[in-house]
Amino acid sequence: MIPPQFAYFAPTTLQEALTLLRHYGSEAKLLSGGQSLIPLMKLRLATPAYLIDINRIPGLDYLHERNGFLHIGALTREADLERSELVRAQYPIVCDTARVIGDPLVRNLATIGGNLAHADPANDHPATLLALEAEVVATGLEGERTIPVAEFFTDFFTTALRPDEILTEIRIPAPQAGSGGAYIKLERKVGDFAIVGVAAQVTIDATGICARAGIGLTNVGPTPLKAHQAETFLQGKRLHQDSITQAAQLAAEAARPEADLRGSIAYKRDMVRVLTTRALTRALERAGGHVA
Amino acid sequence: MATHRIRVTVNGIAREAEVEPRLLFVHFLRDVLRLTGTHIGCDTTHCGACTVLLDGKPIKSCTLFAVQADGRNVLTVEGLEQNGQLHPIQEGFWQEHGLQCGFCTPGMLMTGYALLQHNAAPTEEEIRWAISGNLCRCTGYVNIVKAVQYAAEKIRQGGSGPLNWAALPTQSQGEAS
Repeated sequence: MIPPQFAYFAPTTLQEALTLLRHYGSEAKLLSGGQSLIPLMKLRLATPAYLIDINRIPGLDYLHERNGFLHIGALTREADLERSELVRAQYPIVCDTARVIGDPLVRNLATIGGNLAHADPANDHPATLLALEAEVVATGLEGERTIPVAEFFTDFFTTALRPDEILTEIRIPAPQAGSGGAYIKLERKVGDFAIVGVAAQVTIDATGICARAGIGLTNVGPTPLKAHQAETFLQGKRLHQDSITQAAQLAAEAARPEADLRGSIAYKRDMVRVLTTRALTRALERAGGHVA
Repeated sequence: MATHRIRVTVNGIAREAEVEPRLLFVHFLRDVLRLTGTHIGCDTTHCGACTVLLDGKPIKSCTLFAVQADGRNVLTVEGLEQNGQLHPIQEGFWQEHGLQCGFCTPGMLMTGYALLQHNAAPTEEEIRWAISGNLCRCTGYVNIVKAVQYAAEKIRQGGSGPLNWAALPTQSQGEAS
């Protein structure tokens, strides 16, 4: 399948890319890993007149901890997240997420910035970053601003990015002692979108009480969802089979799935319940606790 | 629509061409360079028949524009054999019957080759994980796994090891047309 014609730019500075973006506006699309955009262009579901390839801009591919945050450059490839020792040791929920995106070949090109900016509710990083209460950095010609991930996904395939802004960085708060997280994706086969995905991050204090819980849901609504009620319910409670079961039920009620070839509404809602139970249990184990 | 002049090193040889931005890299390889060993299977980023190595990493060449490969180093299935000698990964597919119809084989070879570059002794699970983006509808994967294991063993015993194209001298073969 051949995409429609377009004009191609490969800027080598962020400034140049932003200037092009301001000039061409909504007629232009940014090309990052291209693993969603190119298939959409081949199917002619996306028909940008101008393609701005940001892959030749140096300094957007990095991964380091600084000032209490893990900073991830928007051009960081999923394969690099998956293999990073830092991510594996300190942010295993991010490793869980990266390793179930697409397939190993796709992950060599796909980027975390693209996964977010594309805003497909079936993409996996959003749920995890919602659970982690991460923020993103949007850069424009006038400067940078940070946007909490909880405010980033405004509608179906729509984000809070302005047409002339580029998502340049993801910031994840470094986990406090007693924290653990897990992402679990139910998929028909490798490379498919999630039927349902659930991310859970918990922090347990010295007495075993849940100080904080974050729960994000993949592909059960027009946007990635944060299960607020389930999170609030767990705060201040001891995590055991009963409280986890009740939180999972609240998460299932927060889901707004649609019936499609991957399952009925009732099935998907119930899978949210099952996966939330499993994700919370694994998160608790990683936080150093266990389910009584 | 403006075209772009690109220069890509393919199997150690510098190739230049004038391309439309929308030309997919797999079409550049097959139609411009006439390297038809790389197959087009699903054309939808699923099957991996079009897998090639871009700067040493296996990627799906149906999901990359040729302009994106400008200045990069590419290895295709045609580059595995050296001086009439099959690479151990190719020999493995022969010895272990790692193919039936053969359509997925170029992609399987490239993914298997890339795996062995950074993992000299992969377990069955690691092999299956590595090839999970390459679909085979004939073999049931059993003999493909054996073929990769055969190659790993052969390389460990000192057969011709993984090649490093970045280290090879670059020849120029002028413009492709």
